[in-house]
Amino acid sequence: MLLSHRARQLVRYLPVLPAVLLLLVFLAGPVLWAFQASLTNAGLTGRSARNPEWVGLENYQRLLADPAFPLSLVLTVLFVGGSAVLGQNLLGLAIAVLMRRARPAVSSLVGIAVVAAWVLPEIVAAFAAYAYFSRDGTLNQLLRGLGLGQTDWLYTFPMVAVMLANVWRGTAFSMLVYRAALNDVPAEVAEAAQMDGAGGWQRLVFITLPMIRGSIATNLMLITLQTLAVFTLIWVMTAGGPANASATLPILAYQEAFKFGDIGYGTAVATVLILIGAAFGGAYIRMLREPRP
Amino acid sequence: MTAPVRTRWPAPVRPAVPLRRSTAPADLVLLLVGACFLLPLLWLVLGSLDPEAGHETKVPRQPGLQNFAAILTPELLLQPLWNSMVLSAGTGAVTLVAAVLAAYPLSRYRSRFNTPFLYAVLFGTCLPITAIMVPVYGLFVQLELLDSMPATIFFMATTTLPMAIWMTKNFMDGVPAALEEAAWVDGASRMTALRTIVLPLMRQGLGVVFIFVFIQAWGNFFVPFVLLLSEARQPAAVSIYSFFGQHGAVAYGQLAAFSVLYSLPVLALYVIVAKGAGGSFALSGAVRG
Repeated sequence: MLLSHRARQLVRYLPVLPAVLLLLVFLAGPVLWAFQASLTNAGLTGRSARNPEWVGLENYQRLLADPAFPLSLVLTVLFVGGSAVLGQNLLGLAIAVLMRRARPAVSSLVGIAVVAAWVLPEIVAAFAAYAYFSRDGTLNQLLRGLGLGQTDWLYTFPMVAVMLANVWRGTAFSMLVYRAALNDVPAEVAEAAQMDGAGGWQRLVFITLPMIRGSIATNLMLITLQTLAVFTLIWVMTAGGPANASATLPILAYQEAFKFGDIGYGTAVATVLILIGAAFGGAYIRMLREPRP
Repeated sequence: MTAPVRTRWPAPVRPAVPLRRSTAPADLVLLLVGACFLLPLLWLVLGSLDPEAGHETKVPRQPGLQNFAAILTPELLLQPLWNSMVLSAGTGAVTLVAAVLAAYPLSRYRSRFNTPFLYAVLFGTCLPITAIMVPVYGLFVQLELLDSMPATIFFMATTTLPMAIWMTKNFMDGVPAALEEAAWVDGASRMTALRTIVLPLMRQGLGVVFIFVFIQAWGNFFVPFVLLLSEARQPAAVSIYSFFGQHGAVAYGQLAAFSVLYSLPVLALYVIVAKGAGGSFALSGAVRG
Protein backbone atom coordinates (compact mmCIF):
# COMPACT_ATOMS: atom_id res chain seq x y z
CA MET A 1 0.00 0.00 0.00
CA LEU A 2 1.75 3.08 -1.28
CA LEU A 3 -0.56 5.76 -0.07
CA SER A 4 -1.88 6.29 3.39
CA HIS A 5 -5.58 5.81 3.90
CA ARG A 6 -6.10 9.53 4.11
CA ALA A 7 -4.23 10.27 0.90
CA ARG A 8 -6.10 7.53 -0.92
CA GLN A 9 -9.37 9.01 0.18
CA LEU A 10 -8.29 12.43 -1.06
CA VAL A 11 -7.39 11.00 -4.46
CA ARG A 12 -10.74 9.28 -4.68
CA TYR A 13 -12.50 12.54 -4.08
CA LEU A 14 -10.48 14.42 -6.69
CA PRO A 15 -13.32 14.35 -9.27
CA VAL A 16 -15.39 16.52 -6.94
CA LEU A 17 -12.89 19.31 -7.47
CA PRO A 18 -14.32 21.00 -10.62
CA ALA A 19 -17.74 21.26 -9.00
CA VAL A 20 -16.28 22.57 -5.76
CA LEU A 21 -14.18 25.14 -7.61
CA LEU A 22 -17.18 26.38 -9.58
CA LEU A 23 -19.29 26.62 -6.46
CA LEU A 24 -16.59 28.44 -4.55
CA VAL A 25 -15.75 30.93 -7.29
CA PHE A 26 -19.22 31.69 -8.59
CA LEU A 27 -21.48 31.10 -5.60
CA ALA A 28 -19.62 31.30 -2.30
CA GLY A 29 -17.33 34.02 -3.67
CA PRO A 30 -20.10 36.44 -4.63
CA VAL A 31 -21.91 35.83 -1.34
CA LEU A 32 -18.80 36.68 0.66
CA TRP A 33 -18.05 39.57 -1.67
CA ALA A 34 -21.59 40.84 -1.03
CA PHE A 35 -21.01 40.98 2.72
CA GLN A 36 -17.79 42.89 2.15
CA ALA A 37 -19.07 45.23 -0.60
CA SER A 38 -22.13 46.14 1.46
CA LEU A 39 -19.72 47.75 3.90
CA THR A 40 -18.20 50.02 1.24
CA ASN A 41 -19.40 52.87 -0.95
CA ALA A 42 -18.62 50.93 -4.15
CA GLY A 43 -20.21 52.59 -7.17
CA LEU A 44 -20.92 51.56 -10.72
CA THR A 45 -18.85 54.32 -12.27
CA GLY A 46 -16.43 57.04 -11.25
CA ARG A 47 -13.93 57.17 -8.42
CA SER A 48 -15.90 54.96 -6.06
CA ALA A 49 -15.94 52.18 -8.66
CA ARG A 50 -12.15 51.89 -8.73
CA ASN A 51 -11.34 52.59 -5.12
CA PRO A 52 -14.33 51.87 -2.96
CA GLU A 53 -13.98 53.20 0.56
CA TRP A 54 -14.83 51.34 3.71
CA VAL A 55 -17.94 52.89 5.22
CA GLY A 56 -18.77 50.33 7.87
CA LEU A 57 -22.44 49.89 8.58
CA GLU A 58 -23.41 53.14 6.88
CA ASN A 59 -25.31 51.37 4.09
CA TYR A 60 -27.33 49.42 6.61
CA GLN A 61 -28.10 52.57 8.59
CA ARG A 62 -29.26 54.15 5.34
CA LEU A 63 -31.39 51.08 4.66
CA LEU A 64 -33.20 51.45 7.94
CA ALA A 65 -33.76 55.15 7.37
CA ASP A 66 -34.82 54.74 3.74
CA PRO A 67 -38.63 54.44 3.54
CA ALA A 68 -38.22 52.33 0.39
CA PHE A 69 -36.60 49.48 2.34
CA PRO A 70 -39.28 48.65 4.94
CA LEU A 71 -41.87 49.02 2.18
CA SER A 72 -39.88 46.62 0.04
CA LEU A 73 -39.62 44.15 2.90
CA VAL A 74 -43.39 44.28 3.44
CA LEU A 75 -44.02 43.89 -0.29
CA THR A 76 -41.70 40.87 -0.40
CA VAL A 77 -43.52 39.22 2.51
CA LEU A 78 -46.84 40.02 0.85
CA PHE A 79 -45.65 38.66 -2.49
CA VAL A 80 -44.27 35.42 -1.04
CA GLY A 81 -47.09 34.88 1.45
CA GLY A 82 -49.88 35.78 -0.93
CA SER A 83 -48.74 34.32 -4.22
CA ALA A 84 -46.68 31.34 -3.05
CA VAL A 85 -47.77 30.12 0.39
CA LEU A 86 -51.46 30.86 -0.18
CA GLY A 87 -51.87 31.13 -3.94
CA GLN A 88 -49.65 28.52 -5.56
CA ASN A 89 -49.76 26.13 -2.65
CA LEU A 90 -53.52 26.02 -2.09
CA LEU A 91 -54.45 26.22 -5.76
CA GLY A 92 -51.90 23.51 -6.59
CA LEU A 93 -53.33 21.28 -3.87
CA ALA A 94 -56.90 21.97 -4.97
CA ILE A 95 -56.09 21.14 -8.58
CA ALA A 96 -54.29 17.95 -7.57
CA VAL A 97 -57.21 16.82 -5.39
CA LEU A 98 -59.77 17.65 -8.07
CA MET A 99 -57.75 15.81 -10.70
CA ARG A 100 -58.31 12.55 -8.83
CA ARG A 101 -62.04 13.06 -8.98
CA ALA A 102 -62.27 14.26 -12.56
CA ARG A 103 -62.32 12.35 -15.79
CA PRO A 104 -58.78 11.42 -16.86
CA ALA A 105 -59.09 13.31 -20.14
CA VAL A 106 -60.13 16.49 -18.35
CA SER A 107 -57.41 16.22 -15.76
CA SER A 108 -54.62 15.72 -18.28
CA LEU A 109 -55.94 18.56 -20.43
CA VAL A 110 -56.01 20.93 -17.49
CA GLY A 111 -52.61 19.65 -16.40
CA ILE A 112 -51.18 20.75 -19.74
CA ALA A 113 -52.74 24.20 -19.42
CA VAL A 114 -51.30 24.69 -15.94
CA VAL A 115 -47.87 23.34 -16.84
CA ALA A 116 -47.67 25.46 -20.02
CA ALA A 117 -47.46 28.67 -18.00
CA TRP A 118 -44.65 27.14 -15.97
CA VAL A 119 -42.56 25.74 -18.81
CA LEU A 120 -42.55 28.91 -20.90
CA PRO A 121 -39.38 31.00 -20.68
CA GLU A 122 -39.88 33.49 -17.88
CA ILE A 123 -39.58 36.54 -20.10
CA VAL A 124 -42.31 35.24 -22.39
CA ALA A 125 -44.54 34.47 -19.41
CA ALA A 126 -43.84 37.98 -18.16
CA PHE A 127 -44.84 39.55 -21.50
CA ALA A 128 -48.00 37.47 -21.58
CA ALA A 129 -48.86 38.54 -18.03
CA TYR A 130 -48.10 42.16 -18.89
CA ALA A 131 -50.41 42.06 -21.90
CA TYR A 132 -53.07 40.25 -19.88
CA PHE A 133 -53.19 42.89 -17.13
CA SER A 134 -52.57 45.97 -19.25
CA ARG A 135 -55.27 48.58 -19.72
CA ASP A 136 -56.64 47.16 -22.96
CA GLY A 137 -55.61 43.66 -22.00
CA THR A 138 -57.51 40.42 -21.91
CA LEU A 139 -58.58 40.77 -18.29
CA ASN A 140 -60.22 44.14 -18.83
CA GLN A 141 -61.77 42.89 -22.04
CA LEU A 142 -63.32 40.04 -20.08
CA LEU A 143 -64.53 42.36 -17.34
CA ARG A 144 -66.05 44.62 -19.96
CA GLY A 145 -67.76 41.62 -21.50
CA LEU A 146 -69.25 40.80 -18.11
CA GLY A 147 -70.39 44.39 -17.71
CA LEU A 148 -68.01 45.09 -14.85
CA GLY A 149 -65.82 48.09 -14.22
CA GLN A 150 -62.23 48.03 -15.39
CA THR A 151 -59.09 49.26 -13.76
CA ASP A 152 -55.61 49.88 -14.92
CA TRP A 153 -54.29 46.92 -12.98
CA LEU A 154 -50.60 47.61 -13.41
CA TYR A 155 -50.95 51.16 -12.03
CA THR A 156 -53.77 50.93 -9.54
CA PHE A 157 -53.16 47.45 -8.14
CA PRO A 158 -49.63 46.54 -9.20
CA MET A 159 -49.15 44.05 -6.34
CA VAL A 160 -52.41 42.27 -7.08
CA ALA A 161 -51.37 41.97 -10.73
CA VAL A 162 -47.88 40.60 -10.06
CA MET A 163 -49.16 38.23 -7.38
CA LEU A 164 -51.84 36.81 -9.66
CA ALA A 165 -49.25 36.51 -12.41
CA ASN A 166 -46.94 34.60 -10.08
CA VAL A 167 -49.77 32.25 -9.08
CA TRP A 168 -50.42 31.66 -12.77
CA ARG A 169 -46.76 31.06 -13.47
CA GLY A 170 -45.86 28.90 -10.48
CA THR A 171 -48.86 26.79 -9.51
CA ALA A 172 -47.75 23.96 -11.79
CA PHE A 173 -44.89 23.11 -9.46
CA SER A 174 -47.14 22.67 -6.41
CA MET A 175 -49.63 20.77 -8.53
CA LEU A 176 -46.95 18.30 -9.64
CA VAL A 177 -45.64 17.86 -6.09
CA TYR A 178 -49.12 17.20 -4.73
CA ARG A 179 -50.11 14.91 -7.57
CA ALA A 180 -47.06 12.76 -6.86
CA ALA A 181 -47.75 12.86 -3.11
CA LEU A 182 -51.43 11.94 -3.46
CA ASN A 183 -50.53 9.05 -5.73
CA ASP A 184 -48.38 7.66 -2.92
CA VAL A 185 -51.25 7.63 -0.43
CA PRO A 186 -52.46 4.03 -0.26
CA ALA A 187 -56.03 3.69 -1.41
CA GLU A 188 -56.98 1.33 1.43
CA VAL A 189 -56.55 4.11 3.97
CA ALA A 190 -59.12 6.31 2.28
CA GLU A 191 -61.43 3.35 1.81
CA ALA A 192 -61.16 2.41 5.44
CA ALA A 193 -61.97 5.95 6.51
CA GLN A 194 -64.91 5.99 4.19
CA MET A 195 -66.26 2.81 5.69
CA ASP A 196 -66.05 4.51 9.04
CA GLY A 197 -68.32 7.16 7.60
CA ALA A 198 -65.85 9.95 6.88
CA GLY A 199 -67.01 12.36 4.18
CA GLY A 200 -64.81 13.75 1.41
CA TRP A 201 -63.69 16.80 3.36
CA GLN A 202 -63.07 14.85 6.53
CA ARG A 203 -60.96 12.32 4.63
CA LEU A 204 -58.94 15.12 3.08
CA VAL A 205 -58.37 17.04 6.32
CA PHE A 206 -57.88 14.17 8.77
CA ILE A 207 -56.37 11.42 6.62
CA THR A 208 -54.84 12.64 3.38
CA LEU A 209 -53.27 15.93 4.45
CA PRO A 210 -51.54 14.48 7.53
CA MET A 211 -50.17 11.67 5.37
CA ILE A 212 -48.62 14.03 2.85
CA ARG A 213 -47.37 16.59 5.36
CA GLY A 214 -43.76 15.91 4.36
CA SER A 215 -44.55 16.94 0.79
CA ILE A 216 -46.48 19.95 2.02
CA ALA A 217 -43.50 21.18 4.02
CA THR A 218 -41.05 20.57 1.18
CA ASN A 219 -43.32 22.29 -1.31
CA LEU A 220 -43.86 25.31 0.93
CA MET A 221 -40.15 25.72 1.48
CA LEU A 222 -39.23 25.44 -2.18
CA ILE A 223 -41.91 27.76 -3.51
CA THR A 224 -41.03 30.29 -0.81
CA LEU A 225 -37.42 30.28 -1.96
CA GLN A 226 -38.38 30.46 -5.62
CA THR A 227 -40.81 33.31 -5.10
CA LEU A 228 -38.36 35.20 -2.92
CA ALA A 229 -36.07 35.39 -5.96
CA VAL A 230 -38.66 36.39 -8.60
CA PHE A 231 -37.31 39.29 -10.64
CA THR A 232 -38.20 39.08 -14.32
CA LEU A 233 -41.95 38.80 -13.87
CA ILE A 234 -42.18 41.96 -11.76
CA TRP A 235 -39.53 43.81 -13.74
CA VAL A 236 -41.37 43.36 -17.04
CA MET A 237 -44.85 43.95 -15.65
CA THR A 238 -44.30 47.02 -13.48
CA ALA A 239 -40.52 47.57 -13.12
CA GLY A 240 -41.26 47.91 -9.39
CA GLY A 241 -43.54 50.86 -9.96
CA PRO A 242 -45.44 52.99 -9.82
CA ALA A 243 -43.13 54.71 -7.32
CA ASN A 244 -41.82 51.54 -5.64
CA ALA A 245 -45.35 50.23 -5.11
CA SER A 246 -44.28 46.78 -6.32
CA ALA A 247 -40.53 46.93 -5.67
CA THR A 248 -39.78 43.69 -3.83
CA LEU A 249 -36.24 43.15 -2.52
CA PRO A 250 -34.72 41.78 -5.77
CA ILE A 251 -36.12 44.75 -7.69
CA LEU A 252 -34.93 47.24 -5.08
CA ALA A 253 -31.43 45.73 -5.04
CA TYR A 254 -31.27 45.89 -8.83
CA GLN A 255 -32.51 49.49 -8.94
CA GLU A 256 -30.11 50.75 -6.31
CA ALA A 257 -27.12 48.98 -7.83
CA PHE A 258 -27.69 49.45 -11.53
CA LYS A 259 -30.15 52.28 -12.02
CA PHE A 260 -28.67 54.55 -9.38
CA GLY A 261 -25.18 53.09 -9.69
CA ASP A 262 -24.80 52.53 -5.96
CA ILE A 263 -23.31 49.05 -5.81
CA GLY A 264 -22.52 49.30 -2.09
CA TYR A 265 -26.09 50.18 -1.16
CA GLY A 266 -27.55 47.70 -3.65
CA THR A 267 -25.41 44.92 -2.21
CA ALA A 268 -26.64 45.79 1.27
CA VAL A 269 -30.19 45.15 0.05
CA ALA A 270 -29.01 41.98 -1.68
CA THR A 271 -27.28 40.85 1.51
CA VAL A 272 -30.53 41.14 3.44
CA LEU A 273 -32.21 39.01 0.76
CA ILE A 274 -29.38 36.46 0.86
CA LEU A 275 -29.73 36.22 4.63
CA ILE A 276 -33.48 35.66 4.37
CA GLY A 277 -32.88 33.00 1.72
CA ALA A 278 -30.17 31.40 3.86
CA ALA A 279 -32.50 31.28 6.87
CA PHE A 280 -35.18 29.49 4.85
CA GLY A 281 -32.55 27.28 3.23
CA GLY A 282 -31.16 26.31 6.62
CA ALA A 283 -34.65 25.50 7.87
CA TYR A 284 -35.26 23.40 4.77
CA ILE A 285 -32.06 21.37 5.27
CA ARG A 286 -32.96 20.80 8.93
CA MET A 287 -36.38 19.64 7.91
CA LEU A 288 -34.93 17.14 5.43
CA ARG A 289 -32.38 15.83 7.90
CA GLU A 290 -34.94 15.03 10.54
CA PRO A 291 -36.12 11.51 9.94
CA ARG A 292 -39.63 11.67 8.63
CA PRO A 293 -42.09 10.26 11.13
CA MET B 1 -44.09 7.12 6.70
CA THR B 2 -45.93 4.92 9.13
CA ALA B 3 -47.50 1.80 7.74
CA PRO B 4 -51.26 1.87 8.11
CA VAL B 5 -52.08 -0.05 11.25
CA ARG B 6 -53.81 -3.26 10.35
CA THR B 7 -56.42 -3.96 12.93
CA ARG B 8 -59.34 -6.24 12.49
CA TRP B 9 -62.06 -4.06 11.09
CA PRO B 10 -65.55 -4.62 12.40
CA ALA B 11 -67.79 -6.07 9.77
CA PRO B 12 -69.10 -3.19 7.64
CA VAL B 13 -72.48 -2.08 8.88
CA ARG B 14 -73.49 -0.77 5.53
CA PRO B 15 -72.19 -1.52 2.06
CA ALA B 16 -69.23 0.61 1.09
CA VAL B 17 -70.13 3.44 -1.24
CA PRO B 18 -67.86 3.31 -4.27
CA LEU B 19 -65.08 5.92 -3.89
CA ARG B 20 -65.64 7.39 -7.32
CA ARG B 21 -68.70 9.55 -7.37
CA SER B 22 -69.95 11.76 -10.15
CA THR B 23 -67.02 13.41 -11.90
CA ALA B 24 -69.10 16.28 -13.25
CA PRO B 25 -68.48 18.92 -10.52
CA ALA B 26 -64.72 18.27 -10.47
CA ASP B 27 -64.61 18.33 -14.27
CA LEU B 28 -66.39 21.65 -14.36
CA VAL B 29 -64.20 23.36 -11.77
CA LEU B 30 -61.03 22.02 -13.35
CA LEU B 31 -62.01 23.14 -16.83
CA LEU B 32 -62.69 26.60 -15.44
CA VAL B 33 -59.27 26.68 -13.78
CA GLY B 34 -57.63 25.40 -16.97
CA ALA B 35 -59.35 28.14 -18.98
CA CYS B 36 -58.02 30.77 -16.57
CA PHE B 37 -54.52 29.42 -17.06
CA LEU B 38 -54.83 29.49 -20.84
CA LEU B 39 -56.29 33.01 -21.07
CA PRO B 40 -52.99 34.89 -20.71
CA LEU B 41 -51.51 32.74 -23.48
CA LEU B 42 -54.31 33.62 -25.86
CA TRP B 43 -52.81 37.01 -26.62
CA LEU B 44 -49.48 35.43 -27.46
CA VAL B 45 -50.94 33.07 -30.03
CA LEU B 46 -53.49 35.43 -31.58
CA GLY B 47 -51.11 38.39 -31.53
CA SER B 48 -48.37 36.51 -33.33
CA LEU B 49 -50.75 35.86 -36.22
CA ASP B 50 -52.14 39.38 -36.32
CA PRO B 51 -50.20 41.99 -38.29
CA GLU B 52 -52.17 44.72 -36.45
CA ALA B 53 -51.76 43.28 -32.96
CA GLY B 54 -51.89 45.55 -29.93
CA HIS B 55 -52.46 44.97 -26.25
CA GLU B 56 -55.92 43.65 -26.72
CA THR B 57 -56.68 40.07 -27.42
CA LYS B 58 -58.68 39.79 -30.58
CA VAL B 59 -59.12 37.39 -33.39
CA PRO B 60 -56.98 38.78 -36.21
CA ARG B 61 -59.00 40.40 -38.96
CA GLN B 62 -56.54 39.20 -41.53
CA PRO B 63 -54.46 36.50 -39.94
CA GLY B 64 -51.11 35.99 -41.55
CA LEU B 65 -47.52 35.17 -40.99
CA GLN B 66 -46.24 38.72 -41.64
CA ASN B 67 -45.00 39.04 -38.06
CA PHE B 68 -42.91 35.92 -38.39
CA ALA B 69 -41.61 37.10 -41.75
CA ALA B 70 -40.68 40.48 -40.30
CA ILE B 71 -38.54 39.06 -37.52
CA LEU B 72 -36.93 36.35 -39.58
CA THR B 73 -33.70 38.26 -40.09
CA PRO B 74 -30.21 37.30 -38.95
CA GLU B 75 -29.88 40.22 -36.50
CA LEU B 76 -33.36 40.07 -34.99
CA LEU B 77 -33.92 36.37 -34.65
CA LEU B 78 -31.15 34.07 -35.77
CA GLN B 79 -28.19 35.59 -33.94
CA PRO B 80 -30.01 35.82 -30.57
CA LEU B 81 -31.35 32.29 -30.94
CA TRP B 82 -27.87 31.06 -31.81
CA ASN B 83 -26.51 32.86 -28.74
CA SER B 84 -29.18 31.23 -26.61
CA MET B 85 -28.19 27.90 -28.09
CA VAL B 86 -24.50 28.43 -27.30
CA LEU B 87 -25.24 29.63 -23.78
CA SER B 88 -27.68 26.83 -22.97
CA ALA B 89 -25.68 24.02 -24.55
CA GLY B 90 -22.48 25.33 -22.96
CA THR B 91 -24.16 25.58 -19.57
CA GLY B 92 -25.61 22.10 -19.98
CA ALA B 93 -22.24 20.62 -20.94
CA VAL B 94 -20.26 22.28 -18.14
CA THR B 95 -22.92 21.38 -15.58
CA LEU B 96 -23.15 17.79 -16.74
CA VAL B 97 -19.38 17.18 -16.69
CA ALA B 98 -18.94 18.76 -13.27
CA ALA B 99 -22.04 17.01 -11.88
CA VAL B 100 -21.04 13.56 -13.18
CA LEU B 101 -17.52 13.88 -11.79
CA ALA B 102 -18.80 15.11 -8.44
CA ALA B 103 -21.57 12.52 -8.22
CA TYR B 104 -19.27 9.55 -8.78
CA PRO B 105 -17.35 9.57 -5.48
CA LEU B 106 -20.48 10.70 -3.65
CA SER B 107 -22.39 7.77 -5.04
CA ARG B 108 -19.67 5.11 -4.82
CA TYR B 109 -17.65 5.76 -1.67
CA ARG B 110 -18.81 5.95 1.88
CA SER B 111 -17.29 8.81 3.80
CA ARG B 112 -18.08 11.17 6.61
CA PHE B 113 -17.60 13.83 3.99
CA ASN B 114 -20.59 12.88 1.79
CA THR B 115 -23.56 13.99 3.83
CA PRO B 116 -22.26 17.42 4.86
CA PHE B 117 -21.12 18.04 1.30
CA LEU B 118 -24.47 17.09 -0.19
CA TYR B 119 -26.32 19.27 2.31
CA ALA B 120 -23.96 22.16 1.64
CA VAL B 121 -24.67 21.76 -2.05
CA LEU B 122 -28.39 21.61 -1.39
CA PHE B 123 -28.07 24.76 0.65
CA GLY B 124 -26.58 26.34 -2.48
CA THR B 125 -29.83 25.70 -4.36
CA CYS B 126 -31.62 27.71 -1.69
CA LEU B 127 -29.75 30.97 -2.21
CA PRO B 128 -31.86 33.43 -4.18
CA ILE B 129 -29.85 33.84 -7.37
CA THR B 130 -31.38 37.24 -8.08
CA ALA B 131 -29.84 38.50 -4.84
CA ILE B 132 -26.45 37.25 -5.95
CA MET B 133 -26.58 39.12 -9.27
CA VAL B 134 -25.44 42.43 -7.82
CA PRO B 135 -22.35 40.92 -6.16
CA VAL B 136 -21.69 38.73 -9.21
CA TYR B 137 -21.71 41.83 -11.35
CA GLY B 138 -19.18 43.38 -9.00
CA LEU B 139 -17.04 40.25 -9.17
CA PHE B 140 -17.18 40.19 -12.96
CA VAL B 141 -16.14 43.86 -13.09
CA GLN B 142 -13.13 43.21 -10.89
CA LEU B 143 -12.07 40.10 -12.81
CA GLU B 144 -12.78 41.89 -16.12
CA LEU B 145 -15.12 39.11 -17.16
CA LEU B 146 -18.12 41.26 -18.12
CA ASP B 147 -19.54 40.53 -21.55
CA SER B 148 -17.70 37.23 -21.73
CA MET B 149 -19.68 34.24 -23.00
CA PRO B 150 -17.48 31.59 -21.33
CA ALA B 151 -17.60 33.35 -17.95
CA THR B 152 -21.39 33.71 -18.21
CA ILE B 153 -21.65 30.03 -19.11
CA PHE B 154 -19.58 29.05 -16.09
CA PHE B 155 -21.68 31.21 -13.80
CA MET B 156 -24.94 29.84 -15.17
CA ALA B 157 -23.55 26.31 -14.86
CA THR B 158 -22.75 26.97 -11.21
CA THR B 159 -26.27 28.13 -10.45
CA THR B 160 -27.74 24.90 -11.85
CA LEU B 161 -24.96 22.68 -10.51
CA PRO B 162 -26.34 21.95 -7.02
CA MET B 163 -29.60 20.59 -8.37
CA ALA B 164 -27.73 18.73 -11.12
CA ILE B 165 -25.39 17.04 -8.62
CA TRP B 166 -28.36 15.77 -6.63
CA MET B 167 -30.19 14.51 -9.68
CA THR B 168 -27.07 12.88 -11.14
CA LYS B 169 -26.20 11.20 -7.85
CA ASN B 170 -29.70 9.80 -7.56
CA PHE B 171 -29.52 8.40 -11.09
CA MET B 172 -26.03 7.01 -10.45
CA ASP B 173 -27.18 5.31 -7.24
CA GLY B 174 -29.54 3.39 -9.48
CA VAL B 175 -26.64 1.73 -11.33
CA PRO B 176 -25.45 -1.26 -9.27
CA ALA B 177 -21.78 -0.98 -8.31
CA ALA B 178 -21.32 -4.71 -8.93
CA LEU B 179 -21.18 -4.01 -12.63
CA GLU B 180 -18.06 -1.89 -12.27
CA GLU B 181 -16.32 -4.38 -10.03
CA ALA B 182 -15.84 -6.72 -12.98
CA ALA B 183 -14.11 -3.92 -14.85
CA TRP B 184 -11.85 -3.16 -11.90
CA VAL B 185 -10.83 -6.81 -11.77
CA ASP B 186 -9.86 -6.49 -15.42
CA GLY B 187 -7.61 -3.62 -14.43
CA ALA B 188 -9.73 -0.67 -15.54
CA SER B 189 -9.34 2.51 -13.54
CA ARG B 190 -12.27 4.07 -11.71
CA MET B 191 -12.64 6.76 -14.33
CA THR B 192 -12.56 4.22 -17.17
CA ALA B 193 -15.25 2.22 -15.40
CA LEU B 194 -17.30 5.37 -14.99
CA ARG B 195 -16.97 6.23 -18.66
CA THR B 196 -17.47 2.80 -20.17
CA ILE B 197 -19.91 1.20 -17.77
CA VAL B 198 -21.76 3.63 -15.53
CA LEU B 199 -22.44 6.51 -17.91
CA PRO B 200 -23.88 4.38 -20.73
CA LEU B 201 -26.23 2.75 -18.24
CA MET B 202 -27.52 6.09 -17.00
CA ARG B 203 -27.84 7.65 -20.43
CA GLN B 204 -31.46 8.49 -19.93
CA GLY B 205 -30.85 10.12 -16.57
CA LEU B 206 -28.03 12.18 -18.02
CA GLY B 207 -30.37 13.27 -20.79
CA VAL B 208 -32.88 14.41 -18.22
CA VAL B 209 -30.27 16.41 -16.32
CA PHE B 210 -28.94 18.00 -19.50
CA ILE B 211 -32.36 18.98 -20.79
CA PHE B 212 -33.37 20.23 -17.35
CA VAL B 213 -30.33 22.53 -17.25
CA PHE B 214 -30.75 23.49 -20.90
CA ILE B 215 -34.37 24.57 -20.33
CA GLN B 216 -33.38 26.66 -17.33
CA ALA B 217 -30.54 28.34 -19.18
CA TRP B 218 -32.64 28.93 -22.28
CA GLY B 219 -35.29 30.71 -20.25
CA ASN B 220 -32.89 32.65 -18.07
CA PHE B 221 -33.27 36.38 -18.56
CA PHE B 222 -31.70 38.07 -15.57
CA VAL B 223 -28.21 36.55 -15.70
CA PRO B 224 -27.36 37.40 -19.33
CA PHE B 225 -29.23 40.70 -18.92
CA VAL B 226 -26.74 41.72 -16.24
CA LEU B 227 -23.57 40.01 -17.46
CA LEU B 228 -23.67 40.30 -21.26
CA LEU B 229 -23.52 43.84 -22.57
CA SER B 230 -22.94 43.79 -26.30
CA GLU B 231 -25.87 43.15 -28.55
CA ALA B 232 -23.93 40.61 -30.60
CA ARG B 233 -23.69 38.26 -27.61
CA GLN B 234 -27.15 38.62 -26.13
CA PRO B 235 -29.39 35.57 -26.11
CA ALA B 236 -33.01 35.70 -27.24
CA ALA B 237 -34.28 36.29 -23.70
CA VAL B 238 -32.44 39.61 -23.58
CA SER B 239 -32.81 40.69 -27.21
CA ILE B 240 -36.56 40.13 -26.99
CA TYR B 241 -36.60 42.50 -24.05
CA SER B 242 -34.86 45.30 -25.91
CA PHE B 243 -37.30 44.59 -28.70
CA PHE B 244 -40.00 45.40 -26.21
CA GLY B 245 -38.39 48.43 -24.67
CA GLN B 246 -36.17 50.24 -27.10
CA HIS B 247 -37.70 50.29 -30.52
CA GLY B 248 -40.12 53.07 -29.64
CA ALA B 249 -43.65 51.93 -30.33
CA VAL B 250 -43.76 48.28 -29.47
CA ALA B 251 -44.48 46.03 -32.43
CA TYR B 252 -46.72 43.74 -30.40
CA GLY B 253 -47.35 41.30 -33.21
CA GLN B 254 -43.64 40.81 -33.79
CA LEU B 255 -43.01 40.54 -30.08
CA ALA B 256 -45.60 37.78 -29.86
CA ALA B 257 -44.21 36.02 -32.92
CA PHE B 258 -40.69 36.16 -31.50
CA SER B 259 -41.97 34.83 -28.16
CA VAL B 260 -43.61 31.90 -29.87
CA LEU B 261 -40.50 30.95 -31.85
CA TYR B 262 -38.29 31.39 -28.81
CA SER B 263 -40.56 29.23 -26.62
CA LEU B 264 -40.96 26.32 -29.02
CA PRO B 265 -37.62 24.60 -28.34
CA VAL B 266 -38.16 24.41 -24.58
CA LEU B 267 -41.75 23.27 -24.98
CA ALA B 268 -40.50 20.47 -27.24
CA LEU B 269 -37.72 19.53 -24.83
CA TYR B 270 -40.13 19.52 -21.91
CA VAL B 271 -42.43 17.13 -23.73
CA ILE B 272 -39.49 14.79 -24.40
CA VAL B 273 -38.44 14.75 -20.76
CA ALA B 274 -41.95 14.62 -19.34
CA LYS B 275 -42.67 11.55 -21.47
CA GLY B 276 -39.46 9.86 -20.39
CA ALA B 277 -39.85 10.58 -16.70
CA GLY B 278 -43.56 10.24 -16.15
CA GLY B 279 -44.32 13.92 -16.15
CA SER B 280 -42.59 14.74 -12.92
CA PHE B 281 -38.95 15.12 -13.84
CA ALA B 282 -38.63 18.27 -11.79
CA LEU B 283 -39.47 16.25 -8.75
CA SER B 284 -36.54 13.92 -8.94
CA GLY B 285 -33.33 14.91 -7.25
CA ALA B 286 -33.27 17.45 -4.51
CA VAL B 287 -36.94 18.28 -4.53
CA ARG B 288 -37.75 14.93 -3.03
CA GLY B 289 -34.97 15.35 -0.51
